[in-house]
Amino acid sequence: MQNLNFQQVLRYQDEFLHGIVNTLEMTAIAAFFGLLIGVVGAVLVGSGPKPVRILVKAYIELIRNTPPLIQLFVIFFIFPSAGIRLAPFPAACVALSIYFGAYAIEIIRSGLASIPKSQVEAGECLGLTRFEVFRYVVLAPALRNIYPSITSQLILLLLGTSVASQIAAEELFHTATFVESRTFRSFEVYALISAIYVALVVASRVIFAIVGAVAFRWPVRR
Amino acid sequence: MALVEIKNVRKSFGALEVLKDVSLTVEEGEIVTIIGRSGSGKSTLLRCINGLEDIQDGEIRVEGQQVHGQMKKLRELRQKVGIVFQAFNLFPHLTVERNITLAPIRTGRVSKADARALAEKVLAQVGLSEKIDAYPEQLSGGQQQRVAIARCLAMSPDLMLFDEVTSALDPELVGEVLKVMEDMASRGMTMILVTHEMAFARDVATKIVFMHQGRVWEEGPPSELFSSPKTPELKSFIGSNH
Amino acid sequence: MRTLSLVDLMAFLEGLQWTLVLVVLSFVFGGLLGLTLALLRTSNVAPIRWMASAFLQLVQGVPLLALLMFFYFGMPVFLGVEVPSLMAVTVAFSIYSGVFLGEIWRGGIQAVKYTQWEAAASLGLSRWEQFVFVIAPQALKISLPATVGFLVQLIKGTSLASVVGFVELTRAGQIASAATFQQLLVYSIIAAIYFAICFPLTQWSRSLEARLNGTG
Repeated sequence: MQNLNFQQVLRYQDEFLHGIVNTLEMTAIAAFFGLLIGVVGAVLVGSGPKPVRILVKAYIELIRNTPPLIQLFVIFFIFPSAGIRLAPFPAACVALSIYFGAYAIEIIRSGLASIPKSQVEAGECLGLTRFEVFRYVVLAPALRNIYPSITSQLILLLLGTSVASQIAAEELFHTATFVESRTFRSFEVYALISAIYVALVVASRVIFAIVGAVAFRWPVRR
Repeated sequence: MALVEIKNVRKSFGALEVLKDVSLTVEEGEIVTIIGRSGSGKSTLLRCINGLEDIQDGEIRVEGQQVHGQMKKLRELRQKVGIVFQAFNLFPHLTVERNITLAPIRTGRVSKADARALAEKVLAQVGLSEKIDAYPEQLSGGQQQRVAIARCLAMSPDLMLFDEVTSALDPELVGEVLKVMEDMASRGMTMILVTHEMAFARDVATKIVFMHQGRVWEEGPPSELFSSPKTPELKSFIGSNH
Repeated sequence: MRTLSLVDLMAFLEGLQWTLVLVVLSFVFGGLLGLTLALLRTSNVAPIRWMASAFLQLVQGVPLLALLMFFYFGMPVFLGVEVPSLMAVTVAFSIYSGVFLGEIWRGGIQAVKYTQWEAAASLGLSRWEQFVFVIAPQALKISLPATVGFLVQLIKGTSLASVVGFVELTRAGQIASAATFQQLLVYSIIAAIYFAICFPLTQWSRSLEARLNGTG
């Protein structure tokens, strides 16, 4: 057995810190655009014209049934073939947004479907407009219903950003492979990197739980 | 002009015709109780009155205004017609106050500053002043239903519809809701109810409508209808409800 | 440089075989680990539940890629032994599968009403017999849709084995892509192959789900 030597690895703490920031940035960007895709897609699937609905559903199936790594490669190579030069980091953000968007559509759609029709009727009967019914009656309970699945999907996204290292986008996992190539301390590097991801995930869970507790205070029937 | 005019209304769900040429008028101040077996079309008729269900033929007018027309007109109409549902349908994420004041604020009937006073006023009418800051799930079924009634009252409606409002309640909670409805009746509110509470129908209603197989089978004042039913169907219905 | 040819397609099929080998091995070993975890997580002894839960939180907090690198590069260096690549990769994917399957099956076990345990116990069955004959069949039915759903996730996940140089479908694609420079074409074909395998499974999972909700 080899002696453990974390000293050598920890000398690269600035690189790791940089990697953490980039990973969080990538996650935030993909989450933002993915949720945007999710909302628009859910509306289109719900009430768009039939060809658009079919198109959105095809997009969902395509993303759900192919590996994110392959999606990343296709996106990465599709830009040059269209004459667009795109650096690895933004290319990874595009691929991850498209990936997250497909899952977000399904989650948001199920959230809207989870609100009983009687709630909408009650709002309409009070003379509210369709928009007001959505904004004041449907939105908050729907958000509460999707909160657990959307947050766990966000955590999967956070972990999934590691794949971006495969097109040399500079995020946390890329840092790990870089440090490993410099130090040859494979065990220490991958143990450390795993610990960092676990810490990020635990921190995210705590934040999500606090936000959830503050945002959704009304009691519900068990 | 009658407050509600229902003329030759037909309504189908797919191949099933649930309302067959139904006509009915309700004058201001009347308390109309619709009775009948389940599947007789009574709830559907009630839901047609404020446009929750579309109709295939005929017309319904409330205050002279056609119900099944423009969406914008329907919305204005609904601000004058309150409906209370069997399942309460309170908004779970809003406090009792916000449940009551949401629509009055959005439709510009009351300013945000005056909203709480409005909520206090209507809650006093249903005897629930102390629950103003509670959430629906913290209330009993009877209390939730009284809040639902208060929510309608806050819009100062000209007409109130009640769709089997006591059917989902535990028996011991039915009384408190009926009491509130009696109060409203005594204050001159025009009301149309679908109910299984025969005693309430007999004591409070000014008119009983007996529906059978999607038609108005018999109608008249409760004294006449209950004591001397003309059709065998009503006779057997009354018999089965004693 | 050359263009994509039949030879490459043959290489894809060969890669696909290794993808499937990896999936089957990981599913079998992961299934055993998953069953163990599910039982530990539903144990009557609290510390056992906590330990199983901690292990689960740990693994689910690590990217699959890190898990893979750790077992492929980290562990052998640390232990100072040569580990065959198939074994290292299989260990990583089995642990990954075990944790997810464990969670799915725990959900299934807990979805069976507690009165079923009581009813089985009152017939004089041992705790093990209660599980095997009464609870497990019901739990399996409940968790089958999610299990098939996870199988899709696992198939997609094995593409990461390409990163450590294990020649499965994705790696075969990378090799062809490097040789031909027709990256977009190559990865589109690879994506289509994955889709052809995963889509029917996803549909199956959905129909199982629908049937479950229909009858349950």
